[in-house]
Amino acid sequence: MTATIDAGASERVLHDCRDAWVATLVELAEADDRVVAVVNDSVGSSKLGPFAERFPDRLVNVGIAEQDMVGVGAGLANGGKVPFVSAASCFLTARAMEQVKVDAAYSQHHMVLVGQSPGMAYGELGPTHHSIEDLAWLRTIPGLTVAAPCDPAETAQVLRWAAAHDGPVFVRVARMGVPDVVPEGYRFEPGKAVTLREGADVTLVATGIAVSRALDAADVLAAEGVDARVLSMPTVKPLDEAALVAAARETAGIVTVEEALTSGLGGAVAELLVTRQPAPMRFVGVPDTFAPTGSVQWLLEHFGITAAGIAAAARDLLGR
Amino acid sequence: MTVDEDLVPDVRPEAVPDDAFTVLGRAPGEAPRAQVVAHLTEAARLVRRRDIQMVRAAGLGHIGGEFSVIDILVTLYLAAMNVSPDQLGDPDRDRFILSKGHAAAALYTTLAMAGFLPPEQLGTFMQPMSQLNGHPARTKIAAVEASTGPLGHGLPIAVGTAFAGKLDGSARRTFVVVGDGELQEGSNWEALMTAGNHRLSHLCVIVDRNRLQQGARVADTNDLEPLADKLAAFGMDVVEVDGHDHGALLDAFADVPAASGRPTAVIAHTDKGHPISFMSDNVAWHHKVPSAEQVAQALAELENR
Ligand SMILES: Cc1ncc(C[n+]2csc(CCOP(=O)(O)OP(=O)(O)O)c2C)c(N)n1
Repeated sequence: MTATIDAGASERVLHDCRDAWVATLVELAEADDRVVAVVNDSVGSSKLGPFAERFPDRLVNVGIAEQDMVGVGAGLANGGKVPFVSAASCFLTARAMEQVKVDAAYSQHHMVLVGQSPGMAYGELGPTHHSIEDLAWLRTIPGLTVAAPCDPAETAQVLRWAAAHDGPVFVRVARMGVPDVVPEGYRFEPGKAVTLREGADVTLVATGIAVSRALDAADVLAAEGVDARVLSMPTVKPLDEAALVAAARETAGIVTVEEALTSGLGGAVAELLVTRQPAPMRFVGVPDTFAPTGSVQWLLEHFGITAAGIAAAARDLLGR
Repeated sequence: MTVDEDLVPDVRPEAVPDDAFTVLGRAPGEAPRAQVVAHLTEAARLVRRRDIQMVRAAGLGHIGGEFSVIDILVTLYLAAMNVSPDQLGDPDRDRFILSKGHAAAALYTTLAMAGFLPPEQLGTFMQPMSQLNGHPARTKIAAVEASTGPLGHGLPIAVGTAFAGKLDGSARRTFVVVGDGELQEGSNWEALMTAGNHRLSHLCVIVDRNRLQQGARVADTNDLEPLADKLAAFGMDVVEVDGHDHGALLDAFADVPAASGRPTAVIAHTDKGHPISFMSDNVAWHHKVPSAEQVAQALAELENR
């Protein structure tokens, strides 16, 4: 589904990345009959209708049983399949964390964990349904690639890469509308940042749906004469160490931006820089709290995960 | 438990429907059974009226599973359970946990009907800063015993609550409602094993057996049958009732604790969306939001009952 919002003067088309997810999965499944999907009563919320229609036998619905789902995914991988295990990110990660750790990562199974509607996409449904912890939790697990694509094109590329990568990959698939972000001809590489905007004053490092917001913040800052570099970090693990060290050296400091606890991308970047290239930092995301009731848009405003909030963090860093 | 008093709802007035809500309170204790049942029937009707309007106003909710569980909630809070708003600090109060927390609106409206929540608060459902979150939170509402939403939590917590009651020699009972789809979560069976092995006689597990889950029928997803046999094998005394029959529910709950000394499992046969013609037993209504016309039709159908 796409929607448009009036972003100032220009109309922006917003996309639900789940559409790119299912289109890519169908395409991968057509090319490779090892590709299967594993779900927890989440056919609808994973938008798997087209896959279910085309490959009914290759859809394993274990019911409302996430631990079983990830374990079954690992077993399918062991049996020679390429499983895409898809569920709301909150349940996939929180409920099945030990299966993610042991069955996927420790066992190095070739499987793709697809965290749907992550961050605060389920707004009013509350902290039980928010998946703001996923980036922070998963980045601590050795051997797991943790990706948060920022738009439909990047979502498709990450999924194609993960299908071919012989190891476990977690992919955050956003439901909240995002504009097209990555440039034409872009190729996803894990651990490779994308410089979406050059800048010498301060660096905004963002992941997932926050990337377009960081770009908007750079516009706000530019209008004030602040030249912000914008790095998109499609994988929180591995990080692009070279790009981060360079940004820390070349600009006044780093503002991390994520629709997640700031111990996700922010914590990861801070841990890297404190040893490699210490630099002033600010963290935009959800602080150490459970969110109050509210819609996703309201919550993003509430926590300042907006162009204005990001620009304010950058100003604060620059002492302006 | 202190609730988070900082939460001041930021209510959009246009989102609050103008709906009178008569708080009937508990069924009169000494009244003849027919009168109690009539009281519960009317309360359930009013709760459904309010619930559908709340879902419509919020643009979110789980109307199907709410309408299937309302008769159970109303029977518990207005008659079967020994708990009242002025008794929330009493350690010997009966406990209730809505494990299928997505039916939060049904719980909130029932709590308001029983005097645990001011009815005006219902208008804040899912509004920014509201205590009435999309899933019930123990830190937001004093009468909520456990925060739920992710399926498979309530029953283990209820087992712990019942276990504590047993340790204390308390007469209090613990009631927990689980969805039938929810029973696919393994944590429930771990908890049932604990309850059975420890003969937690004051625990009553109510299965809202509406045969549907989020995306399909339970039988077509990962079937539960033979459910009664499974529950019995885990050490429960199993009772099957019509989950929309207040009298039958009253009888089942009155039998807790069972003379056998075993925990009770009540399989409450219900319909998702009951009793609305276009919702009943229809999987499309798991979390669909009714249009204004559908609300009007549902209210009319409720009027004529
Ligand atoms: C752990 C977990 N997985 C998935 C969900 C998403 N979910 C919410 S309601 C629901 C279906 C529940 O079915 P059932 O228990 O039968 O409830 P009812 O049909 O009575 O609404 C699902 C899958 C969830 N809330 N928690």
